[in-house]
Amino acid sequence: MFGTAIIVFREVLEAALIIGILAAATRSVPNSKRWLTAGVFLGLAGSGLVAAFTDVIGSLASGVGQEIFNAIVLGIAVLMLAWHNIWMSSHGAALAANAKSVGRNITDGSSACSILLVIVGLAVLREGSETVLFLYGIAASNEGGPASMMLGGLVGMLSGIAVGYLMYAGLLRVPMRWFFAATGILVLLLAAGMASQAAHFLIQADLLPSLSSPLWDTSSVLPENGLPGTLLHILVGYDARPAGMQILFYLTALAAIGAGMKWANRSRKSIHSTVSAIK
Amino acid sequence: MKRLLFIALLLPVAANAADAGTQRSDYKLVISEHRFQPAEITIPSGTKIKLIVENKDATPEEFESHALNREKVIAGHSSATILIGPLTPGRYPFVGEFNEATAKGVIIVQ
Repeated sequence: MFGTAIIVFREVLEAALIIGILAAATRSVPNSKRWLTAGVFLGLAGSGLVAAFTDVIGSLASGVGQEIFNAIVLGIAVLMLAWHNIWMSSHGAALAANAKSVGRNITDGSSACSILLVIVGLAVLREGSETVLFLYGIAASNEGGPASMMLGGLVGMLSGIAVGYLMYAGLLRVPMRWFFAATGILVLLLAAGMASQAAHFLIQADLLPSLSSPLWDTSSVLPENGLPGTLLHILVGYDARPAGMQILFYLTALAAIGAGMKWANRSRKSIHSTVSAIK
Repeated sequence: MKRLLFIALLLPVAANAADAGTQRSDYKLVISEHRFQPAEITIPSGTKIKLIVENKDATPEEFESHALNREKVIAGHSSATILIGPLTPGRYPFVGEFNEATAKGVIIVQ
């Protein structure tokens, strides 16, 4: 039962932390919670489908369909997170400053929300399909005590959700003047970590060269399957034995999204100063 | 629609992967009763190999190895292909993540 709880916890944790961070980051965007919830349900439905078609997806592309599928899902998630983060750095502060009056007048608020739906849906889809398969395996096996293992699964799932909620509640306590910088950096690191993961799957499918694998090995100091390693893996994309190509993807995503955020932030400020100069 | 798009995206990639696959030698691994058989595989260093894992159990398994930097879900009663290498000599352990207590193995590179 304990083993089951840990496996499910690991799988749920990633999606829960991503949702926790995004829920906090978009707390001043109107209706964001509704879109987040819809994303979770869509993601769960998608998980069931992906789990049911694991065999079909796996056999595509001469047996590397699963790797390509994961890389595509991660790639889309990176683009959406990038878009979201750049959007938040130009609108976030304004939304927070006068949330109530501006709230409904922001025209692209709804497109920001649909992006949110996609990101959350994909996060749940990726981790969820593995959880579904794992739990299905337990339910289908006739070896001793599927009931206690299902209970373990439930405990793992609830603990994962609890940590995601803690992340959310913790971020809401960050003082307002640091808040957007804090959530912006968190989302930026999430996106870079996912870019590195996408590279990992493309290398696994032998579609990209690894460029020296591994570039370093810190598995004896900070193993990836321990709790600190797992948390760092999810939050900042830590990999104990990364390939050179993963680092290249990581740094490229970091630089590109970071530059986009800076640019959006600056153009917002210049618009503000022009407006006040005219007045 | 999404599926069609996905398949269309895969086509050029698929041709590429098929090319790469032909130069590799195959190694077979069977999962049965949540155990890998054989639990040890020896491969030459510096070459790319193709590991074909057949899951004879009804339940799915996830082949996972941090040492090899590989992770792959294998549905029940089906096979999956895992591309490995080139590697430097050493021991590369792997596990079946869904049944870690019994499903353990190692790839020895010489």
